[in-house]
Amino acid sequence: MRADFRIWGLLPAWVIMGFTLIIPIGIVIAVSFAARGAYGGFDWALSGEPYVQILYQVGWTDELEFNPQYLYIIARTLWLAAITTLICMAVSLPVAYYIARQPRAVKAALVYLVTLPFWVSMIVRVYAWLMILGNDGVIEKALVATGLTSGIDSLLFNDGAMLVGMVYSYLPLMILPVFASVEKLDGALIEASHDLYANRWVTLRRVILPLAWPGLMAGAILVFVPCLGAVLEPILLGGGKQLLMGNLIQTQFGGGRNWPFGAAIAVVLMGLVMIVLMARALRDGGRHDAA
Amino acid sequence: MTRHDVRHYPGLGLLTAAFFAYLYLPIAVVVFFSFNENRLVSVWTGFSLKWYDSALSNRALLDAVKTSLTLAVIAMVLSTTVALMAALVLVRAKGVKGRRISETVVNLPLLLPEIVSAVAVLILFSQLGLTNGLAKLVLAHTAFCIPFAFLPIRARLQGMAPDYEEAAQDLYATPWVTFRRVTLPLILPGVFAGAMLAFVMSMDDFITSNMLASGGNTTLPVYIFGLIKQGTTPELNAISTLIIVASLIIATTALVLTFRRRIP
Repeated sequence: MRADFRIWGLLPAWVIMGFTLIIPIGIVIAVSFAARGAYGGFDWALSGEPYVQILYQVGWTDELEFNPQYLYIIARTLWLAAITTLICMAVSLPVAYYIARQPRAVKAALVYLVTLPFWVSMIVRVYAWLMILGNDGVIEKALVATGLTSGIDSLLFNDGAMLVGMVYSYLPLMILPVFASVEKLDGALIEASHDLYANRWVTLRRVILPLAWPGLMAGAILVFVPCLGAVLEPILLGGGKQLLMGNLIQTQFGGGRNWPFGAAIAVVLMGLVMIVLMARALRDGGRHDAA
Repeated sequence: MTRHDVRHYPGLGLLTAAFFAYLYLPIAVVVFFSFNENRLVSVWTGFSLKWYDSALSNRALLDAVKTSLTLAVIAMVLSTTVALMAALVLVRAKGVKGRRISETVVNLPLLLPEIVSAVAVLILFSQLGLTNGLAKLVLAHTAFCIPFAFLPIRARLQGMAPDYEEAAQDLYATPWVTFRRVTLPLILPGVFAGAMLAFVMSMDDFITSNMLASGGNTTLPVYIFGLIKQGTTPELNAISTLIIVASLIIATTALVLTFRRRIP
């Protein structure tokens, strides 16, 4: 391989990432300190106004009043992303363990079936839940048909509906890494644990869980990060009123509303993701040092 | 498997069955009701294919499909080319400066929530005054497709010993001939898998396309989103079913290519 290929082979990737991601993100950070434009967009003028707006609103007499509404949105986003991640972890471990213990052919078929829905368009998968949970949806029909109830209020437009949709969207991202680590698990270790009089629960806690932990952590990042930026689920299943950070950012840019404020929320979101990734990198680094 | 097998946990089979039901029932519901004759989605009155007929003769839908296909094909070709070049350097070349940072840059779109990068390109394009809708979409899609094309290609290259390439060079093949006649044929399954992933990611994208949406350049997911906002209809189910079938065919092809036997 010629030496100069080392440079120009990587150049296109650098140019396109620089132009569409690295520079634009710098601009987002700059805009988050800009002033709101009179006709939408923004004016270049240094101001901390967008960040102040996250915490305060301007009262009747121009004084700043503390208003936690956006803090609630940030907290709700973190909370839903965390719960989604935990549910995915709790479901993935037993399912991955079961799949890993199947004969070779069955195992391959089941892994294929796990990945398949992930290829189906995200919007179609969220729409499916609209049909199930919605007014006159499948669940309501089933409940009425069995005579349990004569009709229920819509199951949509609440945190629970968003949670179901988010778990559904991101579950395959958790199963695959967990499966990868559970599959390598040596059955002899479990037998050894039983020989030493551990029951199934203790074996799970002291042997299986620690060995599956790297997979669970890798999956947690893959699920948690996109959950923080979820847009479709809050709009379609949450009804747009149950705001999460993702659709809060989106509304600020629709129809030229408040770009600097939207940019500030985007910066906060990036900061949260960065904290998660750094915590993970630090943990990994620590493990390497110990080894 | 005996009852006394200590590796066996009771109830796991049931749980796994429930898990697969959760995974597939929603898709089954959409497919099932697409054959419903009734205008009201969830009132089953009889089997009919008329919604497929009306979907396939819907001009706006066909335009959206055309936009999405054009966009996805261009983004696939560009991102796979860029990813292939980057993978060749990062896996094969010796003494590359800043290998780690280059690898991070190639995978950057995976480290950011998509809404952030969507907002970022929107602001950039509005500052540059870029008005060509398709060009904006192509640039943005190519960027986020690159890591999806890169990862399978890199995996394939890493799983292949450099012996064949070295043999070709010993026989006085130029670097280009070595690549054309030896490396590329050997990593082709990885390149195909990466290209297909990139294609699907572009076809599937909603967040970025919606942010950059302008008249005349409505992609399929953005069009479907508009329909969903007007309410569920059997035609929407027929469209969704067609998309499901198409994605399953592409997914199966890509998975077969990825898991085909490794090179010796």
